[in-house]
Amino acid sequence: MSEGKSALLVMGCPEVPVQMSMVIYLSHKLSKSGWDVTVAGTDAAVKLLKAADPESYYVKKTVDLDEMIANIVEKKVDFDVCFAFMHSDAGMTYGATFSAISKARLFAVVFGKNAEALGESIDYPAEKIVAKATHNPNPLKNKIDKVIL
Amino acid sequence: MSCIEQMKYRLYLERTSFKDAREYIEKNSEEIYYVDPGYKIFKDYYIIGMPPVAMGVRGKEMLFTYVKPCHGTFVMGIDSEEEITRLRENEAKKIKKSLKGKEIGKVASNAAPMSFSDVYKN
Repeated sequence: MSEGKSALLVMGCPEVPVQMSMVIYLSHKLSKSGWDVTVAGTDAAVKLLKAADPESYYVKKTVDLDEMIANIVEKKVDFDVCFAFMHSDAGMTYGATFSAISKARLFAVVFGKNAEALGESIDYPAEKIVAKATHNPNPLKNKIDKVIL
Repeated sequence: MSCIEQMKYRLYLERTSFKDAREYIEKNSEEIYYVDPGYKIFKDYYIIGMPPVAMGVRGKEMLFTYVKPCHGTFVMGIDSEEEITRLRENEAKKIKKSLKGKEIGKVASNAAPMSFSDVYKN
């Protein structure tokens, strides 16, 4: 039963192509299962998302990443699950922040060339989804499909 | 964009890792304080970081980490006596809280010691 449950997808820097593809895929998949999905990201990442989904068919709600952090810290909003996408040290740092400020069940979605090393270095409470994927989304998609919510 | 980018700041490290930024603050500050991710500074910046998040004081300057998703971590310095005072007050609150915890332990240790007869009762 996922009716009424909320999910947050956190986009990191959009320079690795699989991220956008997987955020749209996961948002659509969760929405179809009844989840209320919000996607947070940098200005550039949100622009890319809106250009790819101009009528908000796959992603209904987007919000600025820093604004989302402020709202969670100030307890104006929180989520049941959070998928934090990351492929760099900065992304890992954002993941740690969400782990500390939110009560959501956190999934660290780690991808890119250094996915394995980055995944091993996660020492904060999070369930890891790690795949060495940059251009081909399928290794990451296969792992995301195995997540049971 | 956070208000910090419009303030008069000094950059000490640019586009580095969070770990290196934390070490820089620890090595180059006169006072070091550790805060949780989400600690608010100035009007609208919530600290992003992996705990423990170090913040430093050097004279009138506060040193802190500033993370941007596409550019990595920066170590910034901004003169602000107001923020330094808040940091010190925040630390004092934490110490007070931990002392309260110790006092509870003290009460327990003040309980009457067990007698030898109690020890060998069974």
